[in-house]
Amino acid sequence: MEASQFKSDQYVRFCPGCGDHAICMALQKAMAQVGVPTHETVVISGIGCSSRMPHYLNTYGFNTIHGRGGAVATGVKTAHPELTVWQMSGDGDCLAIGGNHFIHEIRRNVDLNICLFNNRIYGLTKGQYSPTSPKGFVSKSSPFGTVERPFIPAELVMGARGTFFARTLDVDMPTTVDCMVKAKDHKGASVIECLVNCVIFNNGTHNWIADRETRAERSIILRHGEKMIFGANKDKGLALDYSQGLMPRLIVVAADDERVLIHDAHTQDSTLHRMLAMMGQDKFTDVANAEIQPELPIALGVIRDVEAETYDEAVRNQINEVQAKAKVKTFDELLMTLEHWDI
Amino acid sequence: MQKQNVVIRFCGDSGDGMQLTGNMFSSLSAILGEEISTLPDFPAEIRAPQGTLGGVSGFQVCLGNGVYTPGDKADVIVAMNAAALKVCTLGSKFNQTGAQYVEEDSMYKKDAVIVVDTDSFNKVDLEKALYKTDNPFTELGIPESVQIVPVALTALTKESLKDSGMDNKAILKSRNMFALGVVCWLFNRPIDKAIHFLEGKFAKKPALIAPNVKVLTDGYNYGNNTALNINTINVEKAEDLAHGTYTSIAGNKATAWGLIAAAQKSGKQLFLGSYPITPATDIMQELAARKDMGVVVVQAEDEIAGVCTAVGAAFAGDLACTSTSGPGLSLKSEAVGLAVMAELPLVVIDVQRGGPSTGLPTKTEQTDLLQAVYGRNGECPAVVIAASTSANCFQYAFEACRIALENMTPVILMTDTYLANGTGLWRLPKLAELPEIHPQGVPAELKGKYNAALRDENSVRYWAFPGMEGYEHRNIGLERDSQKGSISTNPENHEKMVKARQAKVDQVANRIPLLQVQGNTESDTLLVGWGSTEGHLHAAANELNCALAHFNYINPLPKNTEEIMRRYKKVVVCELNNGQFASLLRSKIAGVDFKQYNEIMGQPFAVERIVESIKKL
Repeated sequence: MEASQFKSDQYVRFCPGCGDHAICMALQKAMAQVGVPTHETVVISGIGCSSRMPHYLNTYGFNTIHGRGGAVATGVKTAHPELTVWQMSGDGDCLAIGGNHFIHEIRRNVDLNICLFNNRIYGLTKGQYSPTSPKGFVSKSSPFGTVERPFIPAELVMGARGTFFARTLDVDMPTTVDCMVKAKDHKGASVIECLVNCVIFNNGTHNWIADRETRAERSIILRHGEKMIFGANKDKGLALDYSQGLMPRLIVVAADDERVLIHDAHTQDSTLHRMLAMMGQDKFTDVANAEIQPELPIALGVIRDVEAETYDEAVRNQINEVQAKAKVKTFDELLMTLEHWDI
Repeated sequence: MQKQNVVIRFCGDSGDGMQLTGNMFSSLSAILGEEISTLPDFPAEIRAPQGTLGGVSGFQVCLGNGVYTPGDKADVIVAMNAAALKVCTLGSKFNQTGAQYVEEDSMYKKDAVIVVDTDSFNKVDLEKALYKTDNPFTELGIPESVQIVPVALTALTKESLKDSGMDNKAILKSRNMFALGVVCWLFNRPIDKAIHFLEGKFAKKPALIAPNVKVLTDGYNYGNNTALNINTINVEKAEDLAHGTYTSIAGNKATAWGLIAAAQKSGKQLFLGSYPITPATDIMQELAARKDMGVVVVQAEDEIAGVCTAVGAAFAGDLACTSTSGPGLSLKSEAVGLAVMAELPLVVIDVQRGGPSTGLPTKTEQTDLLQAVYGRNGECPAVVIAASTSANCFQYAFEACRIALENMTPVILMTDTYLANGTGLWRLPKLAELPEIHPQGVPAELKGKYNAALRDENSVRYWAFPGMEGYEHRNIGLERDSQKGSISTNPENHEKMVKARQAKVDQVANRIPLLQVQGNTESDTLLVGWGSTEGHLHAAANELNCALAHFNYINPLPKNTEEIMRRYKKVVVCELNNGQFASLLRSKIAGVDFKQYNEIMGQPFAVERIVESIKKL
């Protein structure tokens, strides 16, 4: 299929320069690559800039209410597992008002493809801090800086026993499309944290890695089964260092070092996935850390992708099993199972 | 002694099995051809300390001919312990020191028969129930006209089961079966039918059948053989029942089954998204057990997710429902508004309980009416209907689904604790006899041109859903353009859409039955009620020889409502709230002097109180 088949007739109203434009195009490309027809594709969203996405996609779409996209999407997918369901959400919609639904859709492992647009700011309400804004962040609702600790989405997803986590950058189209396709292929709740720039209220929030000049040195794109190598000259690799006591830690070594790790996204144990996802994140949890130059690169790509039974499938299987064994097949027969008598 | 109908109340500790005993006795009576109406009355605590006043659990049933309610006061009381005797005798004043029997507060009549377990009146029992003396009967001032039947239930049950090999704890738990045996004798219930019934009840635990049958039989024989110096009671059989196959059913179960029937009739998959909440939880549990009928149930993470998963299922083309009680309805408001805006069929069941806030979770009330009609942001009309008996919860659950699917609107079905937990006789329908349901569809010529704003001549939006090729569209909670279906902030368009959504709900009045006046239609006085009070108001109207207009359809109202209201000189709106339906009627019908009779005690009406109060109005 072609990306153009997934474009709706609506004029795209994201601000000029907003990272959401790129994600929108990436989605259209990914959906075409996935090849599920438009009438079997459903896109659910809550409220926020990112939640406008369904309007721009020529599929079945439902732009619902703030924070509840995850619950609505769970309903669609559980009622009709044959549909391919995407959920569009932001750091406010997903992690603040919709936090409960977010952790539970992940816990249940509902087969949804969840794009979590993280710009660390509330855009549609014009510039308040979000649950991913670093501590001390000055915004319209935190004129003296926030005093709260932020979430790190990867940590939350894995804490909720997530089976799929990927991280992408708005300006890196190929990785974004690749992560979306892999999210669709994964059976279960797939979370793609899309790092997007809010050009109006939080411009440059992801500059540390978005900057084209230095991106290759400061980030690593993880691919299952491939060596963890990065750098403009592919000269660096990641390895585990066991020399500092009981807990191993990730270190940067030369690309030809025999200790360079091979990425295994499919291993059930999330310890290393979590370590990879957390690389360099301290820089973004507190404005006081802004000057930190993380030694480790920021991980992009599919970090975790493990198999587990999906909720929607389990619900369906249980119904099928009970029905196969059931003596009662019709409503009239069901009535006769009650204690009854004739008058 | 021959009686038209009799009220019996079983009461004891919440661990004594009073609900089971009461239910079994009620079902047994129904099988014998009597009408029944039951009222379980249990404490909010799952297990209050044993033998205390707070732990008393009651179950009241009225049986006989012409039964409309579980009855105001009992003719027969079975009191399993000293605390139960106190609570029954003093009613709501059970906590007052020095309080004594007053007929008006008491749960039984002056000439009642009280069966008591004399083994549960020792010093410790009396202390736990806060008696000051060692003679509870005198202390409570129980009148001499009340006949006390002392039975050493505990000792007799122990004796009966001494060779059963059961441990002491299990034996003590069987006391209720001995009491049931005594009551079966008192009411001339054929013991063989009771035994048969018991065998059915314990079919899954066959080891329990023999000991329970033995205790029941011994209890029956005890009444029969020993010098129980009271007359047995014969109750009339119901006369007016239509021939057919009957069962006794609780309101929540009837509600759940009404949804299943509607799903089968409409050819839609039934989806329930819900979260446990007293007193609505049974609906979810009942449906979770009906995988054989293909029901999809999601026990969501919260009330909001319950309704939102249902909205998702409705968007995907299902018959989607959510069940809750007042606090949950508050939480669901925004999502119900979404379904109004997105014009999706959705059935919301509100099993009302005492409010506000957490209120009285196990008690009954009709205080969510205006929340159901108006409790959402914006101009947000939804259909509101109410069941009025435990059995017709089936009919109105079915009707809620029919209206939702045919009119693309949320429908809020109101029931309450009284209907939900109470049971009544229900004539089993056949699926073929039930009304047809024609879910809204979409004309084939709209393929390739469809959007979420297109509607038919009745203002009902066309329904296309995922999986249908050529009808891809975007639905929204934002205001939409009346032609294109896309987001619109145009002022004229908004007003047009507000009116279109209202018109759609209003035209439902063309698809519901007219209001019927019951009782003496020639009277000057018209009682008006809605929902679960129908039985009580029917009985009160009979006693007052006046007319009754009872509503099952609240929004929109039946088309002849105004005409009927204007026909009577004295119109009294009777509700278990502060006058919500009266307010609604006043806002719709000008110039009628709507008088009010209200009770807000967490209990169903007492017919006697209504009659006395209306006479004074």
